[in-house]
Amino acid sequence: MKKTFSIQGMHCASCVVTLEGSLSKIPGVSQTHVNLATEKATVEYDPAKVTDQDFMKAVESVGYEARLGERIQSADQDQAQKQQEMKDLKIKVIVSLMLGSLILWGSFPGLMDTAPSILRNFWVQLLLALPVQFWAGFSFYRAALSSLKHRTANMDTLVALGTTVAFLYSAVVTIVPTVVSQIGIHPEPYFDVSSIIIGLILLGRYFEAKAKAGTSEAIKKLIGLQAKTARVVRDGKEIDILISEVEVGDMIRVRPGEKIPVDGVILDGESSIDESMVTGESIPIDKIKGGSVIGATMNKTGTFTFRATKVGADTMLSQIIKLVEEAQGSKAPIQRLADIISSYFVPIVIMLALTTFVVWYDFGPEPAFLFAILNTVAVLIIACPCAMGLATPTAIMVGTGKGAEHGLLIKDAEALETAHKITTVVFDKTGTLTKGKPEVTDIIATHDLSQDDILRLAASIEKGSEHSLAEAIVKHAEKKNLLLTTVTNFKAIAGHGVEGLLGTQRIFFGNRKLMIQEHVVMQSNEAAMSALEQQGKTVMMLALRQAQGKPYELVGLIAVADTIKDTAKVAVLSLQKLGIEAIMITGDNERTAHAIAQQVGITQVLAEVLPDQKSDEVKKLQAKGKIVAFVGDGINDAPALAIANVGIAMGSGTDVAIEAADITLINKDLRSVSAVIELSRKTMRTIKINLFWAFGYNVILIPVAMGVLYPLFGILMNPIFASAAMALSSISVVGNSLLLKRAKLSL
Amino acid sequence: MTLDQVLVTVAGAGGIAFTYWFFLMRNVRAVVAIDSINITVNGGYSPEVIEISNGKTTKLVFTRSDPSSCLEEVVLSDFKVRKHLPLNQAVTIELTPQKTGEFIFSCGMNMYHGKVIVKESV
Repeated sequence: MKKTFSIQGMHCASCVVTLEGSLSKIPGVSQTHVNLATEKATVEYDPAKVTDQDFMKAVESVGYEARLGERIQSADQDQAQKQQEMKDLKIKVIVSLMLGSLILWGSFPGLMDTAPSILRNFWVQLLLALPVQFWAGFSFYRAALSSLKHRTANMDTLVALGTTVAFLYSAVVTIVPTVVSQIGIHPEPYFDVSSIIIGLILLGRYFEAKAKAGTSEAIKKLIGLQAKTARVVRDGKEIDILISEVEVGDMIRVRPGEKIPVDGVILDGESSIDESMVTGESIPIDKIKGGSVIGATMNKTGTFTFRATKVGADTMLSQIIKLVEEAQGSKAPIQRLADIISSYFVPIVIMLALTTFVVWYDFGPEPAFLFAILNTVAVLIIACPCAMGLATPTAIMVGTGKGAEHGLLIKDAEALETAHKITTVVFDKTGTLTKGKPEVTDIIATHDLSQDDILRLAASIEKGSEHSLAEAIVKHAEKKNLLLTTVTNFKAIAGHGVEGLLGTQRIFFGNRKLMIQEHVVMQSNEAAMSALEQQGKTVMMLALRQAQGKPYELVGLIAVADTIKDTAKVAVLSLQKLGIEAIMITGDNERTAHAIAQQVGITQVLAEVLPDQKSDEVKKLQAKGKIVAFVGDGINDAPALAIANVGIAMGSGTDVAIEAADITLINKDLRSVSAVIELSRKTMRTIKINLFWAFGYNVILIPVAMGVLYPLFGILMNPIFASAAMALSSISVVGNSLLLKRAKLSL
Repeated sequence: MTLDQVLVTVAGAGGIAFTYWFFLMRNVRAVVAIDSINITVNGGYSPEVIEISNGKTTKLVFTRSDPSSCLEEVVLSDFKVRKHLPLNQAVTIELTPQKTGEFIFSCGMNMYHGKVIVKESV
């Protein structure tokens, strides 16, 4: 027999050795495997010789904790248990509704004349009602009694109370009809009420459970993506092992049409990989040696081997599942009111039911006792706290799940709620609106140096910089096989450029701000610079001193241009259609920034903003009363992402940016910004409809059940209708949330 | 007003007062959890109020013995946790609070409630 269980307290590879040693010493254990990444042990053992206690003792003896009692049953087992519960519930629904219908046939005025005489017999009705009350309805009693022990009450308390009152009254009428006659009431039982109520509420519960299962479908789908096995190359042989046994560093072979088991880096071979199921990115991506692969994505054409870099809980899929689970466990601020009401709701309904009884008994028409009983039952049955409890979480679950399906990872319910209020979206330029891979387009010599000299000097000084523009210049120089010179005293001046010493000569390379700071004269080159900037190119200037004692001079210009992402223009247009203003923020100068913004359809630009000023710009917009979303991807975006009302990180960005963000777009598609706002608006609309329905239902129908319409219109609520309405209210709320699944996002 | 009406009115008023006292005026004593605590889920949570230390990881081990579908999930929304509780199986939730305060947890339908009180040190 094989068993897998979690182990707590592991932190290094030596823990694996210690634990495997301890577990394998247990007589009856044939094989042991401990996985550090997943913190799980898998043992093969003889169940006749080894018990769970033996495993626990062995693990504890070496200083760790085995979690054997904990849930290690598979999703399949969970599913089987749930299916059995649903099957039992279905039987109860069918039996109680069938028996209830027979009683109704024999007791309902008008209908009873067509019923066989046996069904009109009160004793037969009592016999038919008994199994419904105490077998099908047993779950209500059990839950109500357990709650009472904690001095709490819930919906089961109300149903148990309501049906018991109807059932007991009917039983008294059946057993001692004379007593009822003596107090002036025609002896007539209401077994149909108690039975049909139980049948209908169970039916409601059945449909509600089915619908609720649909709300967490997204997580199940994500879990289902996981590959079951991996083909690992060990000692030159390919062996299939369970996914839980894969370790970091394992070499894994993937053939065409196979799922990639875990995250890693390609060692050999190339292929086209469909990552849509995990990232939502629709077009398959070509990957070659050195390229990273994501577990659970589909290999299309080639065969390759890769080294596992992340396994178990560290894989991208596991992280996505964790994030979605966390979002589904979080609470939307809009839910607070429902929370407060829920905690007082049931006791208040019981008090209202008691009030109803007293008022009808004291002031109602004859037979007052009967009116009092039926209206009390109606109040207890009509009240539906469940709809209030389900209104927000079900919509959040469907909304976050739907987002994950499209590669939009929403950190929590609050982010999803805030996103619908966004009025302004600030896009960082580099790497967000543009591809972030700039290329050198123009080199202009303004003095007696050659273009290659200018490039060589600029590349030499930029070699030490991590800026994306620097990379473009160095690459261009390498392409031209230029020999770079060593630069000392390198210094990066944030938002300005770089400086360094070339031998004894100090050189500066950067933007206008840097030149102004160093008093470099630029006037004669202004026309050339403006022309380049108007084309959306970033112009960098090289300044040096021709001779000691002379001022610094501008010796050359290098223009660098970044390509705009294909989806940028559509993304901005979609936002404008939603009535949201789009702003571009960049360190570029006004002219370059406006030229790029124009290409994507943005009219508002925040130019020449230093990296550390981005968050201040967001604050300024917020001070004007705007609800701001910041879309970025770099390390220096993290403060702006955190300060924005909603921080949106591009999935291709750094971990720091993703950590600081409320929403991560792992599909790397800019159109997702408007899609996520659309999703938020749709989810919030669903929540508001749900809450309106759940509150409105209780606020309107409880007084009707109490009989407030009776003095004016003679309208009373039949308890059977009350139970039907109650069953429907929960289903309608969950059903409305499920409709979100059909919502179309413009992606 | 007849005698029976008086009796019904008095009994009704008594019932309302009792309901208020029984459900809304109960005092629940907090139980201190040092490293871990077992919580039985049966018609509510026992213990219902748990005190834990700020910044320290505490394990809440939930075991549901109540088949009511209402209790099949536990939600600690302040800690972004929504967990399915299979019947009669221990499910561990680890909390490492970053701030002090009182945090309500509930069942999936928000019917049953419990509370985690985070103190600087318990």
